[in-house]
Amino acid sequence: MTQIYVYVTHKGGVADDIASEFIAAAKKIDPSATVTAVVTGSGADLDAVATSLTSKYAEVIKISDPALAYPNAEVIRKALCNVLDKSAIVLAPHDTLGMDLCPGLSIKMDSTFAADVVDFEGIDGGKLKLVRQELGGAVSTHVACDISNGAVITIRPGAFAPVDSAASGKVTDKPAGDLSAKRKFLEVVQAEVGDVDITKSDVLVSVGRGIQEQENIAIAEELAEAMGAVVSCSRPIVDAKWLEKGRQVGTSGKTVKPKVYMAMGISGSFQHMGGIKGNPYIVAVNKNPKAPIFQVADVGIVADILEFMPALTEAINEMK
Amino acid sequence: MEILVCVKRVPDTAENEFQLNSAGNDLDRDDLVYSVNEWDNYAVEEAIQIVDRVGGSVTVVTVGDSESEEVLRREMAMGANNGTLLSDDAFENSDGKGVATILAGEIKKGKYDLILTGAQADDAAGQVGGMLAAMLDLPYASLVNKIEIEGSKLKIGREIEGGNQEMNEIELPCVLSIQTGINEPRYVGIRGIRKVAQVEIPVKDAAALGVDPASVGEAGAKVKRVDYFVPVLGDGAEMLEGSTDEIIAQLIERIKSKGGLA
Repeated sequence: MTQIYVYVTHKGGVADDIASEFIAAAKKIDPSATVTAVVTGSGADLDAVATSLTSKYAEVIKISDPALAYPNAEVIRKALCNVLDKSAIVLAPHDTLGMDLCPGLSIKMDSTFAADVVDFEGIDGGKLKLVRQELGGAVSTHVACDISNGAVITIRPGAFAPVDSAASGKVTDKPAGDLSAKRKFLEVVQAEVGDVDITKSDVLVSVGRGIQEQENIAIAEELAEAMGAVVSCSRPIVDAKWLEKGRQVGTSGKTVKPKVYMAMGISGSFQHMGGIKGNPYIVAVNKNPKAPIFQVADVGIVADILEFMPALTEAINEMK
Repeated sequence: MEILVCVKRVPDTAENEFQLNSAGNDLDRDDLVYSVNEWDNYAVEEAIQIVDRVGGSVTVVTVGDSESEEVLRREMAMGANNGTLLSDDAFENSDGKGVATILAGEIKKGKYDLILTGAQADDAAGQVGGMLAAMLDLPYASLVNKIEIEGSKLKIGREIEGGNQEMNEIELPCVLSIQTGINEPRYVGIRGIRKVAQVEIPVKDAAALGVDPASVGEAGAKVKRVDYFVPVLGDGAEMLEGSTDEIIAQLIERIKSKGGLA
């Protein structure tokens, strides 16, 4: 019988959406597996999230310690190593905590590691077959993992349709054990608010690498002005310091809910798409016909944005 | 401070359109343009800036074949002091743990205060840094976008969801994976490359590193790629075709109907 632990992250006493996505993922790994939720933290928030999970999971392991109050991956890793059966499969979200925690956890548990998995195709002869992406989402791969010694696997948030399963489970308290660590959490510094709030705009003209030069941002600004829109961007534009952080759409930037999203020269990585909610009408213009953005956009145009945007701006202005 | 930066030669996502080979089991690699993994340039730049402030040296290391030497030279042209190539037929087709095992072998032979990797590379796993740290029993932090030196400790920032920054204190020696945007990597000109063209780059094999060949490469890999395929994520966009004027007329009509134009 396969034992699967799912590490459920939470905030303010509420489990992240990943809690229901894990159930779908675990079923795809092995429909007959025993699936146990694991939560770490301390105090009333932890108690609340553990209790809430008993409506989804038959067993919930709760590891409570003041040192686990803030999710410090170095401390959580020790707690999980102290408590979990090392031959099991451990699932965690592929987010900034999961990325911090899981590669090292796999070494300490002496098990196999797979990151950012988007699908599972079951276990065959001790090998778990899974799907992940490489090269910024340009290609996918089937991967075979030897799980005879257990596995630690991060799954992509949002990749598995949440499953509602009814359970009336129980919470088991486990002592955390030694949690000494050489890394200490200090504080969270909130992202600075820029001069423009991109989350408030119904239409966004969003630029990516295709803009090529800092001076070309003006071309996007002209289009945005013609459309009554605001300019936002993908990560490389902020890394290059061409626009401020407050303009970035994505999991490491802002979450936006416009009516229309103009993706101009944006390839469409999942980190970027993760910041677009509310099912907007997505227009993608990219000179690479194989750009992943064309798979998720509503309408696509293969063109160089540096030629296309001025032509569109002119056409809109002529209409007025 | 003695700093080691682990770098990788990868297909450049900005310069390539990826195609599968005729058998469908690998990329068509014949005409691919390779470069240094983008995240690694930020790691090397950060290492150089730290050494500029407090002294010490920067060593860049990579696991690969002779073609990987070019990425070491590029990073040395940026200002890294030394480069080392870890190369052996037994290293081929290593999984993430295999790569970390090889790098750990090299790190154990030296004495480093700080070990940096890029936050991720072409396979988007972001695994080697965290594995290395666990193998060496060193503290680790990922997605680092700020480093301040405070004696035998570092104050570091990690990029977390929503663009917020999580500040931590971490003891040296440690392993950090570096996120893009932490700095602005310096430009490397042809003259810089020429300057380091003749510098000797030592090559170390499994025996020199004390790495068991059975624990790495194809033999040691527990994670194996079966094939590549082009993903189908959704129904796909309605592609507009025709002259630019025709496309724009169709597009404006659609944007209007969705409330994007008054």
